[in-house]
Amino acid sequence: MKKENYELKDVFWVDDAACSNAMELIMDARSENEALARMAVSAFIMECNPTIEELEDVKTAISEAVTNSIVHGYPEGRKGKVFLRAYIKDNTLYTEVEDKGVGIPDISKAMQPLFTTRPQDERSGMGFAFMEAFTDRMSVESRPGEGTKVCMEKIFGKEITDV
Amino acid sequence: MEEGKLIDSTYAIFGRYLMVKMPAELDHHNATSLRIKTDEFIMDNKVDHVVFDFEDTAFMDSSGIGVLMGRYKKLSLFGGTVSAIHVKPRIRKIMEMSGVNSFVEIISETGRK
Ligand SMILES: Nc1ncnc2c1ncn2[C@@H]1O[C@H](COP(=O)(O)OP(=O)(O)O)[C@@H](O)[C@H]1O
Ligand SMILES: [Mg+2]
Repeated sequence: MKKENYELKDVFWVDDAACSNAMELIMDARSENEALARMAVSAFIMECNPTIEELEDVKTAISEAVTNSIVHGYPEGRKGKVFLRAYIKDNTLYTEVEDKGVGIPDISKAMQPLFTTRPQDERSGMGFAFMEAFTDRMSVESRPGEGTKVCMEKIFGKEITDV
Repeated sequence: MEEGKLIDSTYAIFGRYLMVKMPAELDHHNATSLRIKTDEFIMDNKVDHVVFDFEDTAFMDSSGIGVLMGRYKKLSLFGGTVSAIHVKPRIRKIMEMSGVNSFVEIISETGRK
């Protein structure tokens, strides 16, 4: 497996040397791997002692991002890999979900709630809305024909002061 | 209950009602086969109302919203309904954030039987 993508600096707001833990999971773009991605990240964040709510937030956000790569990045059963990278620093989870698929022509349009290009597959268009709602920071980079990368950040243990 | 026709551990038919037991994790992977099979039961058994039972379901993402909305769009054309029972707070939150609860009734635990 080529390691070309394993670069902490890929996460554009993480100071690489300061991470307490890091992982990368490279998966085939198959729907079975959606559960695998959720499980891997759930186990990875245990050291942060997440609340049940925080754990569910992370699982949902990761599930949405990985599903998008599988469903939209590699449509009609196209073969390809989905890269899931995660880092922990100061009780904060930084994740990247990347595919080398078709890319998104208009990111701001794609991120609107209820917008979907695959209504025939009963996609609800709520994926990006959930990723935004359940994380503290999210950004999307994409180039048509090259692929898509979604970065998300989740801070643990802030919910008492939050509301 | 007596008249119910239990097809398997997932599907049961009571007159014009289809009861569907949702999986432990309702994601895109599980949603794909679930919606195909549910639609088969709706067609074959002249079902008007579908009740999705979330008792065993601990996780649902936006793919689950798609399943609910998709069934609603089909059944509502002929005056049918879709509802959800035994919905845990986390999943209720997901449903409410998407607005699907304005089409699909979430039957509360203490409410009607
Ligand atoms: N990884 C990706 N590759 C290509 N297109 C994507 C990707 N992720 C999202 N999109 C586009 O953004 C749209 C909105 O995504 P989302 O909010 O998750 O809704 P949904 O998945 O239900 O369509 C998708 O319909 C698709 O057109
Ligand atoms: Mg999506």
